Amino acid sequence: MTQLAPVEDSREAVVVDRLVVRFGEVQAVGGVSFAVDAGEVFGLLGPNGAGKTTTIRVLTTLLRPTEGQAFVAGHDVLSEGLAVRQSIGYVPQAISIDGALTARENLEFYGRVTGVPKRERVRRIDQVVEAMALGTFLDRLGRTLSGGMLRRLEIGTALLKQPEVLFLDEPTLGLDPTARRVVWDRLELLREEAGTTIFVTTHQMEEAERQCNRIAIMDLGRIAALGTPDQLREQFAAASLEDVFTAATGGRLEEGGTFRDVRASRKRTSRLA
Amino acid sequence: MSVRVESARAGLLERAVRPLALGTGRLRDGTVAMGWAEVRKLRHDHLDIFTRSVQPLLWLFIFGTALQNNRTLSGGFHDYRAYLVPGVMAQAALFVAIFFGLGVIWERDVGQLQRLLATPIPRLGIVLGKATGAGIRAFAQGLVLLVVVAITALSIRWNVLDIVGVFVLLLLGTGGFACLSMILASLVRTRERFMGIGQLVVMPLFFASSALYPIAIMPTWLQVVAHANPLSYEVHGMRELLLGISAGGWLWLDFLVVGSFLVITAVVAAKTYPRAIL
Repeated sequence: MTQLAPVEDSREAVVVDRLVVRFGEVQAVGGVSFAVDAGEVFGLLGPNGAGKTTTIRVLTTLLRPTEGQAFVAGHDVLSEGLAVRQSIGYVPQAISIDGALTARENLEFYGRVTGVPKRERVRRIDQVVEAMALGTFLDRLGRTLSGGMLRRLEIGTALLKQPEVLFLDEPTLGLDPTARRVVWDRLELLREEAGTTIFVTTHQMEEAERQCNRIAIMDLGRIAALGTPDQLREQFAAASLEDVFTAATGGRLEEGGTFRDVRASRKRTSRLA
Repeated sequence: MSVRVESARAGLLERAVRPLALGTGRLRDGTVAMGWAEVRKLRHDHLDIFTRSVQPLLWLFIFGTALQNNRTLSGGFHDYRAYLVPGVMAQAALFVAIFFGLGVIWERDVGQLQRLLATPIPRLGIVLGKATGAGIRAFAQGLVLLVVVAITALSIRWNVLDIVGVFVLLLLGTGGFACLSMILASLVRTRERFMGIGQLVVMPLFFASSALYPIAIMPTWLQVVAHANPLSYEVHGMRELLLGISAGGWLWLDFLVVGSFLVITAVVAAKTYPRAIL
């Protein structure tokens, strides 16, 4: 068997090799392989229930794969879970800010739990406040923040550890265009200045087209298309990524997505609105 | 040759001990961080502590006053209200702890739990941190209760060491019940079902214990249940420390039972709790 050699190759921030995840009878991810280069913005797109969140959960060590392998920052998610958790930042789809704490306390809290040494914490928090433009609402309680502020704060809390790979699950869901713009501007700066690899899932086609270096379109647990936005448009002879998406996923009406997924995303949208 | 064996041994020791030390460090940091967050939350919402402190006072000054002169319920002690102090202190903490799991379900519905599980802190650290949070709330309520007891001059012993012991038992017990609550939360998963289960668990725990009356006055079958209830040991120990009366049994056993209860529930919760996210 030819083995991928991710440990030696520091250019690859994420390597997924024939990944399968089954929940009982249901196959959520069915043999997915791809690699993400260090320092790139990689977009994982797909309809509800395509397996995007499941894939992210494997990569963040929340879920054990049924078959196959995955490496993040050179570490095996199965056998080196701790090392993986030490090299990543993760912002899940649902809100991970504590509404009963202020923005500053949330930063302090995540600084502590992600293991930022005490003597560096203050400096790192200052850096992140600067990078994500959090200065105006540091002493407000989390529950009083707007959707855009919350997202920037969440990303800020995930950056304190200076992660090699940042996982963002639907980072702009429920945000208005201005807030979305600000979040992406900040992420772009982060990539330019710190070279952080950004792994993002999204439903927003034009956003993916504009922001991602490469895109994988997932459908029914498989990769239906993979490449730069230009390559994809060319490959599917499509005018926009939206048309690529329709072609790659066969233009079915959405069949996936459980009641809980839909409920969770709607709840989130209304809460952030 | 032997040098090489020695150094190999040292290497082995190193490999075994260092991760353990690092792991313990992360466990401590995680627990401290979670506890710290709870303290900050309390500071933003001190009204919560006071509203929650009302219930034990009602038990003490209405229920307790009504039965003030009853010698059977107080196991012969001259003031039933004083007899009730440890019971209602533990009970108020039990109510806080047993509904702590609701917070866990809430955190699953939002994304906090996923976030925490993807950080380097061990799962046991998350659980112990939560337990510490419940303990801190119980501690604050216990202080309020003691202040009221001091103002109303109920006859308890005011010995610093004894009162420290009371709070140690209270913290251990509350932590244990908070972990029990997290186990239940990870099994039932929805808020509605959890409310039902919480009520179902909390009432028998409370009534089949020595919180309100001595175990000795119960029928035998209920005595058996009460003896298997960690709350009985928690209250028994607190009562011995605060009032100087014992219903038989040993103080060290009370600490041992309540401490073991916390260890066991924490380990089980650390196993079951992460499953709540799926």
